[in-house]
Amino acid sequence: MHDMSAQAHAAHAPTGFIRKHIFSLDHKVIGKQYYGLAFLAAIVGMFLSWIMRLHLGWTSLAIPGLHFLSKTGAPGDVMTPEYYLQLMTMHGTIMVFFVLTTAPFAAFGNFFLPIQVGAEDMPFPHFNMMSFWVTFVSFGVMVASFFVPDGPTLAGWTQYAPLSAVGSAAGPGQGLGEVLWASSIAIFCVGQLLGSLNFITTTLDMRTKGMSLWRMPLTSWAWFITSIMGLTAFAVLMPACILLVLDHVAGTSFFVPSNLVINDQLQPHSGGSTLLWQHLFWFFGHPEVYIAIVPAMGIVSHILLATIRRPLLSHRVLVYSMSGIAVLSYMVYGHHMFVSGMNPVSSIAFSFPTLIITIPATIIVLIWLGSLYGSRMRLNTACLFSLGMISMFITGGVSGFFLAQPSLDIMLHATYFVVGHFHFVMAVSAMFGIFAGTYFWFPKMFGRMMNETLGKIHFVLSFIGAYCIFMPFHYLGLASNVRRYQAFTDDYLQPLIPVHRFITVAAIATGAVQLIFLYNFIHSYFWGKPAPDNPWQATSLEWSTTSPPPFDNFGGKLPVVYHDPYQYGIEGSTEDYVMQTDPRQIQTQGDEA
Amino acid sequence: MATTIHPPAGSATRNLSRPTSGSGNGGWRNLVPESGNRRAVQEYAPPPSSTAVWVFVAAVCMTFAALTSALVVRKGGAVEWRHFTLPSILYLNTAILLASSVTLEISRRRIASFMGGLNAAAASPARWLYATLALGFLFLAGQYLAWRELSAQGLFLATNPSSSFFYVFTAMHALHLSGGLYAMIRVIRKLNHHTLRRVTMDATAHYWHFMDVLWIYLLVLLWAKL
Repeated sequence: MHDMSAQAHAAHAPTGFIRKHIFSLDHKVIGKQYYGLAFLAAIVGMFLSWIMRLHLGWTSLAIPGLHFLSKTGAPGDVMTPEYYLQLMTMHGTIMVFFVLTTAPFAAFGNFFLPIQVGAEDMPFPHFNMMSFWVTFVSFGVMVASFFVPDGPTLAGWTQYAPLSAVGSAAGPGQGLGEVLWASSIAIFCVGQLLGSLNFITTTLDMRTKGMSLWRMPLTSWAWFITSIMGLTAFAVLMPACILLVLDHVAGTSFFVPSNLVINDQLQPHSGGSTLLWQHLFWFFGHPEVYIAIVPAMGIVSHILLATIRRPLLSHRVLVYSMSGIAVLSYMVYGHHMFVSGMNPVSSIAFSFPTLIITIPATIIVLIWLGSLYGSRMRLNTACLFSLGMISMFITGGVSGFFLAQPSLDIMLHATYFVVGHFHFVMAVSAMFGIFAGTYFWFPKMFGRMMNETLGKIHFVLSFIGAYCIFMPFHYLGLASNVRRYQAFTDDYLQPLIPVHRFITVAAIATGAVQLIFLYNFIHSYFWGKPAPDNPWQATSLEWSTTSPPPFDNFGGKLPVVYHDPYQYGIEGSTEDYVMQTDPRQIQTQGDEA
Repeated sequence: MATTIHPPAGSATRNLSRPTSGSGNGGWRNLVPESGNRRAVQEYAPPPSSTAVWVFVAAVCMTFAALTSALVVRKGGAVEWRHFTLPSILYLNTAILLASSVTLEISRRRIASFMGGLNAAAASPARWLYATLALGFLFLAGQYLAWRELSAQGLFLATNPSSSFFYVFTAMHALHLSGGLYAMIRVIRKLNHHTLRRVTMDATAHYWHFMDVLWIYLLVLLWAKL
């Protein structure tokens, strides 16, 4: 165990470049590294979605330079059907694992969880450093699969067996590319387990004086709950990936059934269970959805409180609801498998908790909306993105009600309706949470303010763009447009091609809008206005230290906490808020609760 | 909604905000500090390694639960499942592992009294730790012999699902046990450098005993299912 002496930590800020910026033990540097990794992965993932969308809109279109990415996958710059599936798999994998998991949880959590609970670092900095570098290696292994013969796997980010387990007989990329995928994800799991271990111990053991659990900001609660989900979910995905790798390299038959003929070849396996993979995968996969969205919920609540300048309807019910979602997330995973041939009784058993889990999710939304009602908001960019996240989450959540019914899901499951649903409720929501967090915390992370005007333009265009891209997916799904097709040649699909072209144009335009963010980020990083310590007049501990915080976060002295986290709208004060470290006595409903 | 704010009170009555009943280790932190002094805080702070070891144990439990469910599902659908008798050396290995837990407990007590100054004259407090370490390596060697015994019977990783699971379970356990051995080597090194903390010793011991319990669970599972 790498126990750390707090005193030693404060005294010895590293001076060498490598210890300071590369193999750093400082949670803030590791948080920024995670953020950088997520940034890079998001660019890769978005680029993949662009060329996929171009292919869907104009199937025979030559995309200049595509053959550089893969000679066999894109001869003459036109992608083959297999290569479309390979790009789709990598888009999903990279976005879910390396963006939606790393950015809101690992990046922001690493940077802000210790500061928000008043610790000078996480308790196991070596594990923390390993967590990032293991994740980085995992990303490297994943990207490497683009450059092996036959390219990356084409089995989709869910990697359903037996296609994922039989090797190159199943198509290009199912040999080495598939082994790289499973190895990369197994490595990724190790990184996230180490991270979760640190998050949980930080929350339980590193809180400063006065910081009881109920005095933690909602972001800290969200990261704590997420880390418990991460610990249990990734611990299941890891052995599943190991078994998948063994089916490939050692000839075992965990997931491949007997007498399976693929591409006219009898597979030398026997008796494996294809459903077993789905059970193991979705036992991880559904909590993973909440690993992406719960931190975003925390971030949005945290930001909204600073902009509406008054307490939420209920702090505790929000925490209980997030916890309820975490617990229920393990009981609903079967709703991904309604069409898997599972026993219909199981479908009903999984459908019921799926409908139940909408209750805490709805409570959270109602707490947000009820708290917003009648408030005088400070409409900054972070607040706008928070509102945007709520909008996306509601839109995506509503389509979830339909999919929770096995009878409806059987019709909609293999269509774009599902694609629209999860892009709204998980992907775009979490992305908006990431953007909100970035605009809100950028001053603290990098010591400079971002440009608000550019931020607002970025928000408006992204908001409109996201709806233009993903709203038509629902229409396509209801029109029975099957997903994971690389071209729409059937008669009933041909009239839908103009809709796909509209989506493609919207996707490319919305992607281009992100250049505004990129410009704003880089420009502000170097030339932004220097940030004051507390630019948003917020109350939690990260705003009581300098921007950016010193190496040991609070300059040699740990803060002492006197108040609940969100004391906004305090009358009789010169400001309308009281920071957690303010020793003055206040009387609020929050304290009495 | 917030109402009023009072001016700062005197230092004697700084405990103004009523402590809330945070569970876990947070409760004590509602005490009013004399100052924000780090050292004072550190004196009270519970050691994270004692929490971390249980958190880690929870993750390992999930991993083996997943593998167990895989075994149950896989066996349920298998027509070609081949039963085999576990290599008898496994029972000897079990005894060795149990003995290592006993020696670890002895050494933990000795080290505790040595560190507490009760038995400062003890010649080598690490002696029983070395014994534990040796038993741990002996267990791994025994597991290797068990694999050899199976492969001599023609049962390899890919031969049959039952043998696949045997190798996967034992290898995963050996991997986790190696982590325990690494932790023990660290403990011995720290002890020799007089930098060992009681919590590190305890966390390592808890993990090692857990490896013990896990192995007995696996043995029963493999005995019953294979």
